[in-house]
Amino acid sequence: MDALILQALNGLASASSLFLVASGLTVIFGVSRIVNFAHGSLYMLGAYIGWTLVTRLAGDGAPGPLGFWGGVLLAALAVGLVGVVIEVLLLRRLYRAPELFPLLATFGVVLIVQDLALWIWGPQDLLGPRAPGLRGAAELPLLGLRFPRYELFLIALGPVVLGLLWLLFHRTRFGVLVRAATEDREMVGALGVDQRALFTGVFFLGAALAGLAGALQLPRESVNLHMDLAVIVEAFVVVVVGGLGSLGGAFLAALLIGELHAFGILIFPRITLVLVFLVMAVVLVLRPHGLLGAAPAGAAPAAAGAAEPVVRPAPAPVRRLGLAALALAFALPPFLGDYALSVLADLAVFVLFATSLHLLMGPGGMASFGHAAYFGIGAYAAALLAHHLAAPMAAGIALAPIAAGLAGLGFGWFCVRLSGVYSAMLTLAFAQIAWSVAFQWVEVTGGDNGILGVWPDPWARDRLVFTYLVLALCAGAGFLLLRAVHAPFGYALRALRDSGPRAAAIGIPAVPVRWLAFALAAAMAGIAGALFAYGKGSVFPTLLAIPRSVDALLMVLLGGVQTVTGPIWGALAYAGLSEQLVRATGHWRLVLGLAIVALVLFFPEGLAGAARRRWEARMAAARP
Amino acid sequence: MTTGLHARRSLLRQTAAAAAATLAAPALVLAQQPAHGGGNGAAGPIRIGEINSYTAIPAFLHPYRNAWLLAQDEVNAQGGIHGRPLETVFRDDAGRPEDAVRHAGELVNVERVHLLAGAFLSNVGLAISDFANQHRRLFVASEPLTDALVWSRGNRFTFRLRPSTYMQSAMLVEEAAKLPARRWAIVAPNYEYGQSAARWFKELLTRARPDVQFVAEQFPALGRIDAGATVQALAGARPEAIFNVTFAQDLTNFVRQGNTRGLFERRHVVSLLTGEPEYLLPLGDEAPEGWIVTGYPYADLDNPRHNAFREAYRRRFNEEPRCGSVVGYDTVTAIATMLRRTGGATGTDAMIEAMRGLRFPTVFGTAEVEFRAIDHQSTLGAFVGKTALRDGRGVMVDWRYADGAKYLPPDEAVRQMRPQSAS
Repeated sequence: MDALILQALNGLASASSLFLVASGLTVIFGVSRIVNFAHGSLYMLGAYIGWTLVTRLAGDGAPGPLGFWGGVLLAALAVGLVGVVIEVLLLRRLYRAPELFPLLATFGVVLIVQDLALWIWGPQDLLGPRAPGLRGAAELPLLGLRFPRYELFLIALGPVVLGLLWLLFHRTRFGVLVRAATEDREMVGALGVDQRALFTGVFFLGAALAGLAGALQLPRESVNLHMDLAVIVEAFVVVVVGGLGSLGGAFLAALLIGELHAFGILIFPRITLVLVFLVMAVVLVLRPHGLLGAAPAGAAPAAAGAAEPVVRPAPAPVRRLGLAALALAFALPPFLGDYALSVLADLAVFVLFATSLHLLMGPGGMASFGHAAYFGIGAYAAALLAHHLAAPMAAGIALAPIAAGLAGLGFGWFCVRLSGVYSAMLTLAFAQIAWSVAFQWVEVTGGDNGILGVWPDPWARDRLVFTYLVLALCAGAGFLLLRAVHAPFGYALRALRDSGPRAAAIGIPAVPVRWLAFALAAAMAGIAGALFAYGKGSVFPTLLAIPRSVDALLMVLLGGVQTVTGPIWGALAYAGLSEQLVRATGHWRLVLGLAIVALVLFFPEGLAGAARRRWEARMAAARP
Repeated sequence: MTTGLHARRSLLRQTAAAAAATLAAPALVLAQQPAHGGGNGAAGPIRIGEINSYTAIPAFLHPYRNAWLLAQDEVNAQGGIHGRPLETVFRDDAGRPEDAVRHAGELVNVERVHLLAGAFLSNVGLAISDFANQHRRLFVASEPLTDALVWSRGNRFTFRLRPSTYMQSAMLVEEAAKLPARRWAIVAPNYEYGQSAARWFKELLTRARPDVQFVAEQFPALGRIDAGATVQALAGARPEAIFNVTFAQDLTNFVRQGNTRGLFERRHVVSLLTGEPEYLLPLGDEAPEGWIVTGYPYADLDNPRHNAFREAYRRRFNEEPRCGSVVGYDTVTAIATMLRRTGGATGTDAMIEAMRGLRFPTVFGTAEVEFRAIDHQSTLGAFVGKTALRDGRGVMVDWRYADGAKYLPPDEAVRQMRPQSAS
């Protein structure tokens, strides 16, 4: 019994920490609709800055001019200012960009912060001081149990912060305006409220909360360079499970996840890997808008800006250019070295991977944060077949789209019923579940040591032959996806994206069409995965992990969601850029992050979108 | 919005982009061919391709690369290998095995390196090892600890320097078996390294002490330990001793919560890698005392070879060497010794022949290390001792050098684990 009570208290303490991070994220999302991927970086900065303020400026151990608590509060303010800088310099320019586009920008910030933190604070983990007055453990009244004082303080802090935020949002003018903007941004603007100041203020608040959460971890945990990504996904899960923009929901979700964690490890200690994602999947399937989230009133998210451009066949000069370039791609390989060939094959695979995701995100109007699942399932299908049954490569490549497509049918059945970020987070949950299967089912998948020896059959072992095989299959699958976009099926999909009710009125069945698109995209990603596996000779759970999903997302966003060729440009630019930068400099994260930020600022419609605008301007000028 | 006449793209546009980029990328690649590309020419440098997770694991790999460069410069200052300097091309795999394979291809085909080396993470090590096997190149794995690398998935082309999970677990079992404790709990990160360390520890300890029982096991996700709850769950099982496999930030958080909640009071703790300065120093004055650990007593290890190394490292980098530094330095020493043995020949078969049974001096200054011909595992050992606090930070005391050669299974067992093709 005592053990259970203590474990419940542990759950409450984690829940409070989690809520502090998630509250900032949900406030920012509620008003600006920005999926702030850099929120984890702000949390990490809070911890690092807090460490510096508390240990260096406040004098080691001795009560300095700031003291521990002064340092923590100052760190929160400093991170709030960092948030303001990010908002003013970067995100403010992106409010008109397509949904999720700011994700790309904030990912650039993540990379920059990672490198800067390493540069400023060094590679070694830092240990902050304990909180004065809250060291050691306290005897709990009545129960006679001992529990750390600082954890008790955290347990109390969560509800206090929730209460303060509630007061802020319900008892101040700022709060009322923020809530109004959350409900209806246009109306608030029409009433003459300065939205810019409002957004900047909200970003300051959200960033400061992240900074506070980070700084408050000092007495509990070490400060290290992995804090950002460790916390961001969990914070997102809390926000989504609670219902986007809902503070009370975030608090409930944090409690739920904190307690499940604490008790989960008593019953099944290995489950901590996926527990939060299982919870999120169950909640979202049962409650499509989270625990306390409301269904978006009225218009679909796509209606926020102008209608999406219509997809038409390319003009003749572009067609000719395309044909020539494709011919060249097929003519070139005999003149390339082995490594150039492998890069070419990788690029072709990434192009197919990004194009398959684009079918969902562009014409489909559904975001996916877990597309790597199908890439990985394709790769594992091929590798398992090769490893356990010694099957030929052709069988592996044939099975991959089937396996990935079936997974797409299974997962998609749930995902296509949700909308927007909820749907995207459900895909993430399924991807993490698939990842944990690959990771933990060691007897079959080899766990994180992966499956080795997945090399091509002897006839295709020559790099040149294999590259042609990859080029041909990727081009073929790519054409199939393009064909699908331009076929009646694609029209139906786009109709559903642009206006669900009107599409339904003319008899387009929403769920089956979207479901099919989901499975098709999954199957094509599966082909890419299988080809990738044979190209690398081994598969590992990293193929299904979050970073791979993020890569695909970045490629599509970088290229431009609203253009058909966007993912191709995006995949080539992103994969090509990373490949070159990693070889050129040890600070590739900083350079890549800056490059992404620059691209986002100069091409807010993505690369292909910018090219199209320029082309259209020229055509319009040429017209008499 | 003027929609223009057409200006919509389609499949041909798409292929245009694809082809344009395929043109561009290889052109860049070709432009980067090294000037001295020929490689096997007698006069040029001997090139090593080194792949590691520099951005993912900086705490270990910064000191590693520092010492690598130190060792390489020392070799070159002495005239290199029969007049040819050593040269290393470093690549960052960012913790992704698939990226490591891409780098391996680039290093071999574009940079024309003569051999591959490196790897910290086990899966990265295995991926490069499989690449080396497929492309018939020598791979000297420096750090990855997985037993599979030289045993169940071993191959002819792969050699490994560090004492493996099995070896380090065996070193600790020897000490653990002497403890009176019967009720043991285990905490290990939930991935291959943690799982195999836990498995070997249980198996070997049960063999040495049939009276022990394991009362609790916790497998927190790597880098994501929920330390309070984990500590509480372990305490709830009331073990007499704990075997810890967590390291880095998981260890820090585990120790902190364990101290706060008195988990380590009146309990024995046996802990893998915790004596390595990378993991012990961040704990500051909260470093636990009396834990039995494997590690590296950099400050107290006193012999001419190690003192010279520590001095040179301090002078150049203005900090103390870490365990990673020893690994980096010894890898270069091993490669240089091997190359002297081949007479500077860089053919893969010649190098493999020279690696098998190679003896070289470790910078620990202890006994010579041998790369065993039977499984390509080096006999580099580790220091086993106890943790203590000195001047507000953790150090190892009462340590001794555990020679790796003594903590390996019998040859017959090794032969059975290793594939036939690998001999």
